[in-house]
Amino acid sequence: MDDGRGGKSAKIIMADKLVVKNLNAYFSQIHAVRDVSLEFEENRIAAIIGPSGCGKSTLVRCLNRMHEVVPGARATGEVLLDGNNIYDDDVDPVQVRRRIGMVFQKPTPFPTMSIEDNVAAGLTLNGVQISRAERDSVVERSLRQAALWDEVKDRLRRPGASLSGGQQQRLCVARALAVQPEVILMDEPCSALDPISTARIEELLLELKSAYTIVIVTHNMQQAARTSDKTAFMYTGNLVEYGATKQIFTNPTRRETEDYITGRFG
Amino acid sequence: MSELDSSVAERVTVVRRERAKPHVGVRLIGDRIFNVTTFSLALSILLLLAGLAIALIYDSFPAIRQFGLHFLVSTDWDPVNEQYGALPFIYGTFVSSFIALIVAVPLSLGVALCLSEMAPDWLGHRLGFLVDLLAAIPSVVYGLWAVFVMGPWLRDHVEPLLAKWFGFLPFFQGPKVAVGMLSAGMILAIMIIPYISSVCTDVFRVVPQSQREAALALGATKWEMVKTAVIPYGMTGVIGAIIVGLGRALGETIAVAMVIGNSAEISASLFKPAATLASVIANEFAEATSDMYVAALIELGLVLLIMCVALNVVARALVLGVQQRRYREMGR
Amino acid sequence: MAAAASFLRGETSYRIRKFKSDGMMAITVGATILTLIPLFLVLGYLLFKGFSSLNWAFFTHMPAPVGEKGGGMANAIVGTLEVVGIAALIGVPIGVGAGLYLAANRASQFTNWIRFSADVLMGVPSIVIGIFAYAIVVRPFGGFSALSGSVALAAMMVPLVTRTTEEMVLLVPPELREASLALGVPNWRTTLSVVARTALAGITTGVILAIARVAGETAPLLFTAFGNRFWSTSLFHPINTLTVQVYTYAISPFPDWQRQAWAGAVVLTGIILALELGVRWMTGGAAKAPR
Repeated sequence: MDDGRGGKSAKIIMADKLVVKNLNAYFSQIHAVRDVSLEFEENRIAAIIGPSGCGKSTLVRCLNRMHEVVPGARATGEVLLDGNNIYDDDVDPVQVRRRIGMVFQKPTPFPTMSIEDNVAAGLTLNGVQISRAERDSVVERSLRQAALWDEVKDRLRRPGASLSGGQQQRLCVARALAVQPEVILMDEPCSALDPISTARIEELLLELKSAYTIVIVTHNMQQAARTSDKTAFMYTGNLVEYGATKQIFTNPTRRETEDYITGRFG
Repeated sequence: MSELDSSVAERVTVVRRERAKPHVGVRLIGDRIFNVTTFSLALSILLLLAGLAIALIYDSFPAIRQFGLHFLVSTDWDPVNEQYGALPFIYGTFVSSFIALIVAVPLSLGVALCLSEMAPDWLGHRLGFLVDLLAAIPSVVYGLWAVFVMGPWLRDHVEPLLAKWFGFLPFFQGPKVAVGMLSAGMILAIMIIPYISSVCTDVFRVVPQSQREAALALGATKWEMVKTAVIPYGMTGVIGAIIVGLGRALGETIAVAMVIGNSAEISASLFKPAATLASVIANEFAEATSDMYVAALIELGLVLLIMCVALNVVARALVLGVQQRRYREMGR
Repeated sequence: MAAAASFLRGETSYRIRKFKSDGMMAITVGATILTLIPLFLVLGYLLFKGFSSLNWAFFTHMPAPVGEKGGGMANAIVGTLEVVGIAALIGVPIGVGAGLYLAANRASQFTNWIRFSADVLMGVPSIVIGIFAYAIVVRPFGGFSALSGSVALAAMMVPLVTRTTEEMVLLVPPELREASLALGVPNWRTTLSVVARTALAGITTGVILAIARVAGETAPLLFTAFGNRFWSTSLFHPINTLTVQVYTYAISPFPDWQRQAWAGAVVLTGIILALELGVRWMTGGAAKAPR
């Protein structure tokens, strides 16, 4: 498992946090993800790249059962979280989503809530009974983890929508962190952001890696190269290649991967 | 499954939450209750409509059995002798609504074109708001105003002129009174204008700018542009709007009941009192003494319901067509 | 040069066309003015006749017996509030719930049927709704009652509230819903606390407009709530309402009652316009009830 980039938590034995086995996903008639199998290691960032419509977003949405939220969408196969299949009949998707958080392409602060209410939304909406002090400390911890605390600590009561786009996205990260997930999925989190905000999010990813397992979907190959430990390349619903990021970008084994990363299509 | 095992050492844990093996039953029960509740509430709308139809058919059944289809063509409405025919009221309903349309449609089209083509945006929206206010005034208030203001005015100033100029027509002969078919038609016209004009305004506003520019680029004047580009493009919507207005006019009750004079006689003269389906129900229902009388009045309601539902189905189909085209253009 | 100048100035035929065009467009302006005249006349008469007939006794006294001067509509004002209030208690939850269902299940055939039913119900004449309430409440309970009037008005509110709720919920970006679900919030909680909460202003607007609409209804109350010359707030007895009282007084032969009718009309219209204008003012003029 030691690929030379073990990082801070090298003393912990690397484990596969999330294992995908023969995953197929459909939208009504469309077969969007075709028999994908791969595994995501704990405390690592994995990037999924590929051209538009290759199924990378669909794949990541299958990992916390968000795919089935779309009418007519369904998925088959197995996704094991710590060895337990999240697609088992007796598993509640709601529970899965609390352990596997998600950040979306567009920043989505709840417009009716203040900044602090947004951060605590995952707790309050789930009916978790906590004291004011506990709540405040969760808000502060999450905002600090999302590198937003210093910018908003004086205006926690202001509406979430009053922040800039990049701040809103970090607010969404904080909101996802507040429920203490084990895995964070990010679906093109920077595509709506300017370069400076993008850089902040990328720094943030590298900081969060020590505590979380992160899967990021991106159409930006530089971003994948900069942030991830492993990279998966998808094309027309198939997983073409999955390996260490350095290897994928310098020495891909598959012709399609090479064509894509050298910019011949996509 | 013990989740805490998987938690990494440096993880800051402030709030400890139970993450026991997910219990589907407990969690999903909230969703199930919610889904069943909203489904039942939605279903209740369907049941409401069905119940409405069933209740009317059931309660009018004695009259349906007694008079059959003859009910629809008989002009005899004689509660004393237990004879009931709906024709005078069907006639009154159609004629008063027809008068309303003749007055309201040209005015509504004028308003809609003025708001969409002539007025600048800020003024158009303010004027549109005023026209919409016409729909906010309760019909009993219109009735009150018609009884004391409009009716006498029609009698003293309009009916003499109509009789003088068009007196050779049977419609404009006879005594000039404040209550009658003409008053009913006029108050209905005022009441349905906001409905027709607001739909027409919406319809004209969504005519693509490219259509207008194409006409103007060919050297058309503003009116020619309206005639060749705006009106034809919005035609289905306009027809839908007219049918919506007609539906309103057919079913309008209290204002009509107050000014139409309530006479179960068919007369060519528009000055004379008449009655509509809705107005006769309003005027006689509470005093109907015999069961057959009530059943006959409810059957009048059933006839009215069928007419309005049929009209609405047609109108919604037409207006819906326009909206869907709009959505397609918006790329939804 | 000459040809160009004449072209720019317009040939005779063009001038005729231009004249015709200006004339037609002027007619549309005339139509608008003509349409607004009745509005100003009605409002003007209401202010003129209504306010001159309005006094404190109108709000505090009971209707006077025939022949006696004075009196008021205290029982009718309370009755209208009661009948409309109960109607809202019945109609709003049904309408909002059904609207949430329609918005959440866009594609199903059942949804289309419900939406169609709501649209048809909106077009059912109010007098027919009155007959319906008579058939299902007045007859079985054996008499006119405030409750039957509320049932009639609720039946009119339900489709209005349903369609507004659906439209308002559909305006909420689907991303918000997904964001909430991704936090592990159950679907029902997401729908209520995030989606409906975000659409709340719009839904409230629709509810207020629906209330304003039914508060002005007379026909469905004629043989349900019926009217009552005496004080009654019981759900199971006939109850007086402003609209029915105005109607009864307006068609009466007594000048004093007719004056009372104008006073009632100005109060009624005042309440309804205040609701409509208030909502429009709050929402910047965008609010419009479905029709």
